[in-house]
Amino acid sequence: MKSTWRGGRWLIILPPLLFLLVFFLIPFVFAFKISFAEAAPRVPPFTDVISFTRDHHLQLSLTLGNYRYLLTDEVYGVAYLYSLRTAFFSTLICLALGYPMAYAIARSPKSAQGLLLLIIMLPFWTSFLLRVYALEGIIRDNGFLNTALLHLGLISHPLRIMRTSLAVYLGIIYSYLPFMVLPLFATLEKLDPTLLEAAGDLGSTPRRAFLDITLPLSLPGVIAGSMLVFIPAVGEFVIPSLLGGPNQLMIGRVLWDEFFGNHDWPVASAVAIAFLLLLVGPIAIYQYYNVRQLEA
Amino acid sequence: MERRAPAALLSVLFFGIALLYLPILVLIGYSFNASPLVNVWGGFSTAWYGRLLHNRQLLEAALLSLQVAVAASTCAVILGTLAATALVRFGRFRGRLLLTGMVNAPLVMPEIITGITQLLLFVSMVQLFSWPHRGFTTIVLSHITFCTAYVTITVQARLQSADRSLEEAAMDLGASPARAFLEITLPIIAPAIISSWLLCFTLSLDDLVISSFVAGPGASTLPMVIYSKVKLGVSPDINALASLIVCAVGVCIIGAGYLMARADRRRVLEAQIAGHPEAAPHA
Repeated sequence: MKSTWRGGRWLIILPPLLFLLVFFLIPFVFAFKISFAEAAPRVPPFTDVISFTRDHHLQLSLTLGNYRYLLTDEVYGVAYLYSLRTAFFSTLICLALGYPMAYAIARSPKSAQGLLLLIIMLPFWTSFLLRVYALEGIIRDNGFLNTALLHLGLISHPLRIMRTSLAVYLGIIYSYLPFMVLPLFATLEKLDPTLLEAAGDLGSTPRRAFLDITLPLSLPGVIAGSMLVFIPAVGEFVIPSLLGGPNQLMIGRVLWDEFFGNHDWPVASAVAIAFLLLLVGPIAIYQYYNVRQLEA
Repeated sequence: MERRAPAALLSVLFFGIALLYLPILVLIGYSFNASPLVNVWGGFSTAWYGRLLHNRQLLEAALLSLQVAVAASTCAVILGTLAATALVRFGRFRGRLLLTGMVNAPLVMPEIITGITQLLLFVSMVQLFSWPHRGFTTIVLSHITFCTAYVTITVQARLQSADRSLEEAAMDLGASPARAFLEITLPIIAPAIISSWLLCFTLSLDDLVISSFVAGPGASTLPMVIYSKVKLGVSPDINALASLIVCAVGVCIIGAGYLMARADRRRVLEAQIAGHPEAAPHA
């Protein structure tokens, strides 16, 4: 039966394949090429990597200077480690907050689940940039939180949250919490309640039943949710830029500044390629678990 | 098992929900503050909303963003549905692994990397073919790329769970595969197509990072204007604009969810009636 499609198959396969090839994959080839160029005051602002000499010989002028620069200037290492640390701890906090939330929804009556999921999903549909801006309204020095606390007499000076790491953590947790809750809910909902009943009948305490049954069975959701939070958080630009200060250097911000501030496109390309290679590990793990989950 | 979550779990759930909604509610409150100072309540006023109508820069950016979002989501829905059909229905084919990789990778690629690489592509393309000029075209092309990924994943899931027997029956009765797909399968996956169009529309409307890279000096989308204003400090008219956008999106999503749930229910009911005429409810 599949063969009946044969004539039109490539009409269906080729448009998305070619589009993504040209506009998603090939750009990395150009970025890779330009990461070996040198910045130059011209349009576009870098030297040619591949050129023809006057006697029509192909000439390759590669420089490893950009990559050497990444290794010698400690800003990049610091920013990379700071991004990893921030993403890791925000993911843990999202998990600690999101797991009980997903569990509560999974154990709510079926009629309430749809509404609760909609409530969790809705912020995901509304503008990310505007939500980060809204959070700034809460935590800035004269924002909602400080005004309320001063009013209640709980503090005598405004708390300094903006432009600190705490602000960046709050921003990531606030923005990405729905990504953690949804996959956790999806696995917890499928959990067969009779397993827990059986464990109870056999004398297991609820705590043990949770650790021995619920937690291991929800592990795919834990991994999927953690990856959905961790990966965008590592490359986050908007949150450290709007909520963080000069010390909250995340790799996305460094890349942005290199590009728009210093106009050094080759170094920015080198940062992007290095970052990509250092991210390939986590992505591969994510895909591996994704595929395994689909097969299960 | 009694389907009731313990109090401790429920309190975490409500704390989480409060965390998600408090900033937005406070922002909407601020937008009606007559005083331009954030920590002073100057009385109720809708003045900031009125000011929006006279801000040409914002209106032009909003128009550009809407045009980009419509164009990008429409193209992405077509490409993504094609990709999902290929991945679910065609079994093994040359380039399958490549296509799978390319529809999944944009979902985990940091926007900043996608943005920088696409700009370098566009700049190199201009050198080679003098096309595309940076602006509307490049923003749409880059938005189609990440939107296609979301459409493919959503439609793929729906296609996998769709009942193939109806399509096979149509083909047994002499319909061509293309006709069976258009008349049987497409209506079944329509909810996924509509919801992924909506998702693309909001993602495109919201994108700051990729647009900033590929837009070039001439064009500014709404998020780019909002970002530069916010970066400079508090601006009460942005509060009003943000409240409008958040409420409009909320109403659309809830409305679309309601309509799709109703259409789904009706479809299930019709299928039941078709299968068991005696089970039809008496009208």
